[in-house]
Amino acid sequence: MLDIEIDGKPAQVPAGSTIMDAAELVGAYIPHFCYHKKLSIAANCRMCLVQVEKAPKPMPACATPVTAGMKVFTHSEMAVNAQKGVMEFLLINHPLDCPICDQGGECQLQDLAVGYGSSASRYQEAKRVVFHKDVGPLVSMQEMSRCIHCTRCVRFGQEIAGVMELGMANRNMHSEIQTFVGRSVDSELSGNMIDLCPVGALTSKPFRYSARSWELSRRKSVSPHDSLGANLTIQVKGNRVMRVLPRENEAVNECWISDKERFSYEGLNSSERLQKPMIRVDGALREVDWNVALDYVSHALKDIAKTHGGEAIAALGSAHSTLEELHLLQKLTRGLGSGSVDFRNRRRDFSADGKLAGTPWLGLKLSEIKDLDAALVVGSFLRKDHPLFAQRLRQLAKKSGQVSLISVTGDDPLINLHGQLTVAPDQLANALAGVVKAAAALKNEVCPAGLEALTPCATSQAIAESLCAGEQRAIVLGNVAEQSAQAAQLHALAAELARLTGGRLGFIGDAANSVGGYVAKALPDATALNAYEMFEKPRQGYVLLGVEPELDCHNPQQAIAALKQAALVVMLTPFKHQAALDYADVLLPTAPFTETSGTFVNCEGRVQSFNGVVRPLGEARPGWKVLRVLGNVLGLAGFDYESSEQVRDEIVAPDSEFVGGLSNAIDGVAFSLSAAAGGLQRIAEVPIYFADPLVRRSEALQKTRDAQAPSARLNASTLAQLGIAEGSQVRVRQGQGEALLTARADESVPMGCVRVAAAHATTAALADMFGTINVERA
Amino acid sequence: MAILGALNPMLTVGLDGDKAWHLADYVKRGGYTALNKVLAGEKMTQDDVIGVVKKSVLRGRGGAGFPTGLKWSFMPRAFPGDKYVVCNSDEGEPGTFKDRDILLFNPHAVIEGMIIAGYAMGAARGYNYIHGEVWEVYLRFEEALAEARAAGFLGKNIVGSGFDFELFAHHGFGAYICGEETALLESIEGKKGQPRFKPPFPASYGLYGKPTTINNTETFAAVPLIINGGADAYLEAGKANNGGTKLFSVSGHVNKPGNYEIPLGTPFSTLLEMAGGMRGGRALKACIPGGSSSPVLPGSIMMDCTMDYDSISKAGSMLGSGAVIVMDETTCMVRALERLSFFYYEESCGQCTPCREGTNWLYKIVHRIEQGQGRADDLDLLGSITTNIMGRTICALGDAASMPVQSFVKHFRDEFAYHIEHKKCLVPPDVQRAGSGFFKATV
Repeated sequence: MLDIEIDGKPAQVPAGSTIMDAAELVGAYIPHFCYHKKLSIAANCRMCLVQVEKAPKPMPACATPVTAGMKVFTHSEMAVNAQKGVMEFLLINHPLDCPICDQGGECQLQDLAVGYGSSASRYQEAKRVVFHKDVGPLVSMQEMSRCIHCTRCVRFGQEIAGVMELGMANRNMHSEIQTFVGRSVDSELSGNMIDLCPVGALTSKPFRYSARSWELSRRKSVSPHDSLGANLTIQVKGNRVMRVLPRENEAVNECWISDKERFSYEGLNSSERLQKPMIRVDGALREVDWNVALDYVSHALKDIAKTHGGEAIAALGSAHSTLEELHLLQKLTRGLGSGSVDFRNRRRDFSADGKLAGTPWLGLKLSEIKDLDAALVVGSFLRKDHPLFAQRLRQLAKKSGQVSLISVTGDDPLINLHGQLTVAPDQLANALAGVVKAAAALKNEVCPAGLEALTPCATSQAIAESLCAGEQRAIVLGNVAEQSAQAAQLHALAAELARLTGGRLGFIGDAANSVGGYVAKALPDATALNAYEMFEKPRQGYVLLGVEPELDCHNPQQAIAALKQAALVVMLTPFKHQAALDYADVLLPTAPFTETSGTFVNCEGRVQSFNGVVRPLGEARPGWKVLRVLGNVLGLAGFDYESSEQVRDEIVAPDSEFVGGLSNAIDGVAFSLSAAAGGLQRIAEVPIYFADPLVRRSEALQKTRDAQAPSARLNASTLAQLGIAEGSQVRVRQGQGEALLTARADESVPMGCVRVAAAHATTAALADMFGTINVERA
Repeated sequence: MAILGALNPMLTVGLDGDKAWHLADYVKRGGYTALNKVLAGEKMTQDDVIGVVKKSVLRGRGGAGFPTGLKWSFMPRAFPGDKYVVCNSDEGEPGTFKDRDILLFNPHAVIEGMIIAGYAMGAARGYNYIHGEVWEVYLRFEEALAEARAAGFLGKNIVGSGFDFELFAHHGFGAYICGEETALLESIEGKKGQPRFKPPFPASYGLYGKPTTINNTETFAAVPLIINGGADAYLEAGKANNGGTKLFSVSGHVNKPGNYEIPLGTPFSTLLEMAGGMRGGRALKACIPGGSSSPVLPGSIMMDCTMDYDSISKAGSMLGSGAVIVMDETTCMVRALERLSFFYYEESCGQCTPCREGTNWLYKIVHRIEQGQGRADDLDLLGSITTNIMGRTICALGDAASMPVQSFVKHFRDEFAYHIEHKKCLVPPDVQRAGSGFFKATV
């Protein structure tokens, strides 16, 4: 610790701090633009110049390290003169038309100009004009004359997003922030640049000119999308969500959110919102009153239970549903005499069920990632599945941690990887087994039974070595590992690797409530049907909560067939979509996350409850209320809740920060090597902007490059073997269904595989996400 | 031969004929003996070499005049891993054209100096960053490097000493800012040439983040002379605290503009005489003694100066890179400043606010004064803007742009005031035209 003095106040600050850090500690404000605590120091705006005793010139507070006995004056004449001088320079070329600027009212330059600017300008020449740029549907670069060249956006790209999409071209006052000629900004984290921009140069394309910042009320919420549980500030005007911003939480999302979280709100007011209950009458869906709809559902469900037995009913929730909804769903299903309830709709292999010691989770706190020495991620489209989780790993790799990835495509996670193995889906377990075997050898343990025939490759060896070195290690399984037909095998192998290396085992989890679903026990009974089986063995009645089966299930073909034959399909959903009109018998309008209170349990087990930020649209009602009333109408016991908090408190102890019962231990899965399956294999990613019903309906996100319609991507030699030309139309077939797609050469796809995305209407007729597939010329 | 004259020369001795730059010729003149002396003959220690350079009071020839030996002693020699020696041949300062001649006519002196520097600072790799607008110089230096490599002066185990050193030429594309040492490092690294914030200084965090020392071409070229002749002889060749001789690039209104090598401490009048005196016998109005960023001095003050760091500094300017820009009585000082201000505005890298915005503003004001649209308070405004730029920027370009403005206005305020008041030059246009050398005076 060093003793220093800031504005006459003595302070003790850690050695290595800058004057800016020290000022923050003692609560002295130093004006700044380019400085940002999460970005590298540029010291280019010069706004933070302060006086330092014995220094002949004012020093930039952001870049000057403190020394013992240093005396800093942040508001002395020298400091203020320097700050005012810089402010004058910043303003000479900046348009002074705040009233028509979208940033007005939330602009750092505007705020500081009040304190350091002059009421009249000494600059009387023409101002610089910088041409606007079109960089995509999310970030507006329409007003680049407002840019003050702080390069926060540039540094964000380089350092946080991992890709330098913006740079400063040209010299002198002609310097301009722009993309590489003609390119767009496609990072999944790009929206953060809007927050970082201290002026109105980068603004939100969907939001701009729709409201002024002072008209908006700020309400707290939690992201319903990925498993990180990013904290949100939702800005509301007149019962309408206008904008979503990050709410800083260092332990969870730091100060970032992904574009999915930032822009999905557009889907909230989509024209597809279901605003009134609907019942199929004479083959067509008709709008009815709530009491009619609930009576109808109640009678129909009871009828099925009576005639075919409770097991003829199955219920499927979603990992995007709240804890309360999932709890009531399973309670209701069990009340009807069925144990067939699940929320893991994209899972294929459930053989680990009954062998788990507790609720699967990340295995460590998000804030502990930065302290890891080595991490191995198995089966994940990291960047697109978990943008902010990937960001944490990116920072880890930058610092010194060794991050490795075993997955089914060679997509660049923009992380400086220590080792990367890309294998066909059916070889994923074998690839992990290679690392397990190498680690066993390194630890002088006998080769785990079942893996004797394996010879680890050099990369497996390198990954094993990195996991055996250092103090803190983690092995995490991604979405692909959970969706894989080898999920249990992968889980067991990863557990063995964790045991061998003394590392921690975890699951990233595919959605906001992947942990919460387990906590709510929205899981099938031992003898009942899971999310895959309930469609494999068609039922008479289905209750679907927040799922769109043709897009959200592992095998949509099978799901749709089962739903079409069922006597009753009840959907609790915020949206009415075309496909549902074919098979749904009842549509009950439920509220999306902004219109209901609820709880998400994120991947680290953190309980995050939130309130609705606006009133439900039309006659939509919070899901928990709908299920509660349905429970009442059905005459089930224990459905007399007064609030969602009451529901929650039944599951998790009141005021607990984390849920209990977390464990990734698995027992009773024997290792076995899988033989290569013949034929082509499908690799189905869930594209980032098709992943859930809400994000599918965000217009802006649907215009991004990540939302392009799926193609059939194969590597060049596979294409050649099949005699298919790049760019030609192909017919891909699985079971009874087929899709007509364009063939694309893609070297990131392993041999003998076809990458065909799931969760899109064009591929909804296909079957298993990682099953065999046929490709032929159309 | 582009060196037009010399007084007790050291660096340009024997540079006759077209072949003088070749290795054979250089060796014949005593080249690479210093290297042999350091590495083989006397087996000098690193401290010995740095000590000799310190004692010679060799001061940086690039502009700042920082004592070279002292700079070398800042290198953390014990630092494990790569260290670099970089030669700054990015000669972009208006008026300066000495390094290109050194590289064209005596490249091996620079190579030898860099090898010795590399040895003294424990660096195994060097780069010579050559200005992008003098392409033939870059090609020449590459040829010289090939000769040195073939002769075993570069590479592994140089002259059997066990010391390895590799040297590479790297050319820029002509941006002035790349002459700033940290921008130069960024440029070598393949990034946009923008200065880094200091500290950390290159000695601790330089090229690729490794300890690096950067010296000017002429500085490196002087090192073999010091090793061979001894520190005292070099110091005595100049004057106290200003060791050795220096190349001066004389341009402007003189009869024989060009490079001249003279001992430091030589009177300005002698240099002016060597350069053939004032063109047309006109009176000396002003002189910029050290390249465009050094403050201008009126002729009368200049004539009392000797050409060394201390004398020029005492007179209120800087010896800088030794670019002597001579202006006679036909010069309009407003127009001269307008051109300089345009240069600094154009070459500002745009990174930090005061320089990016301020240099352009300065130019716009000087420009409007020159165009007869100046305002009464413009001179005060110029003063205020330069105060707001100086000392508040990341690198010295802000200061470099401000000093000419301040000194021109200070020494020739009347001329600027006349311009503003009468909306025309104090020096009649036809006189200016005549002074340019291309037109005849009509009066």
